[in-house]
Amino acid sequence: MPTTKTDRVAIKISDDVVRVRQLTRALSVEVGLSLVDQTKIVTASSELARNTLDYGGGGEVTAEIVEQGGRRGVRLTFEDKGPGIADIEQALKDGFTSGKGMGLGLGGAKRLCNEFSIDSRPGEGTKVTIARWK
Amino acid sequence: MDRIPILKFGNALLVTIQVDMHDRLATALEEDLTSKIVAHNSRGVLIDISALEIVDSFIGRMLDNIAAVSRILDADTVVVGMRPAVAITLVELGLSLTGVKTALNVERGMALIHDRLAGSEADDADDQD
Ligand SMILES: Nc1ncnc2c1ncn2[C@@H]1O[C@H](COP(=O)(O)OP(=O)(O)OP(=O)(O)O)[C@@H](O)[C@H]1O
Ligand SMILES: [Mg+2]
Repeated sequence: MPTTKTDRVAIKISDDVVRVRQLTRALSVEVGLSLVDQTKIVTASSELARNTLDYGGGGEVTAEIVEQGGRRGVRLTFEDKGPGIADIEQALKDGFTSGKGMGLGLGGAKRLCNEFSIDSRPGEGTKVTIARWK
Repeated sequence: MDRIPILKFGNALLVTIQVDMHDRLATALEEDLTSKIVAHNSRGVLIDISALEIVDSFIGRMLDNIAAVSRILDADTVVVGMRPAVAITLVELGLSLTGVKTALNVERGMALIHDRLAGSEADDADDQD
């Protein structure tokens, strides 16, 4: 899948979550996503950035504009070297939280995007990738 | 640290969120509102989110918390001006905001608060019969 543009943002403090939202918005506009689709992927990016910060102990996001078969989209990859997720199925369930959240972030991000994948190993870290296509 | 301004408007408080809030700012707003409700004996809180481009689970929880706390303090919370794209996204995210009253704009939100106040004053009058 060719990538036409790549940006990286470190996620270390809560202002970085705002920065991730803004970058996601800018790329979504550039790709020409509809307003509703922009709002969906920006919301998903906010959820995942906050998880990276709160549970992953910080990390970074790689934001790309991707092209496939004439279609363009925005793809975001969140990576941290935190504690990882032992039970991914449980983490994806609405309402499951190990903190003070509502347990909506992961499941919600999955519903809000066209593509969602998660790769996590206890003790090694977590990588979550989402994409939204025009 | 920055704070979001809270305006007193008759017996209600009005908050207009105009920035993309980071989490600490949202938490500070929750605390500031709670103390202002008590300080001014406010009966309503109007939160204008028409400038907000997204509401994620953190801000959603903040709105829910403000509504729950103000209810205990005998004030009504009305969230006004939610953008249609935000509303669509919230539902898909799974946030129903069941505890939060909403209105299309500030005028209608104010009317909701006044209706409720008028209703409770009528009840008080009934009690005296
Ligand atoms: N990057 C991560 N590293 C380690 N654990 C994670 C990570 N992301 C999510 N988790 C785990 O998955 C759980 C569910 O995450 P999810 O985002 O769905 O809910 P939450 O963050 O707890 O609450 P909400 O997002 O509604 O505020 C978290 O409580 C946490 O235990
Ligand atoms: Mg979360």
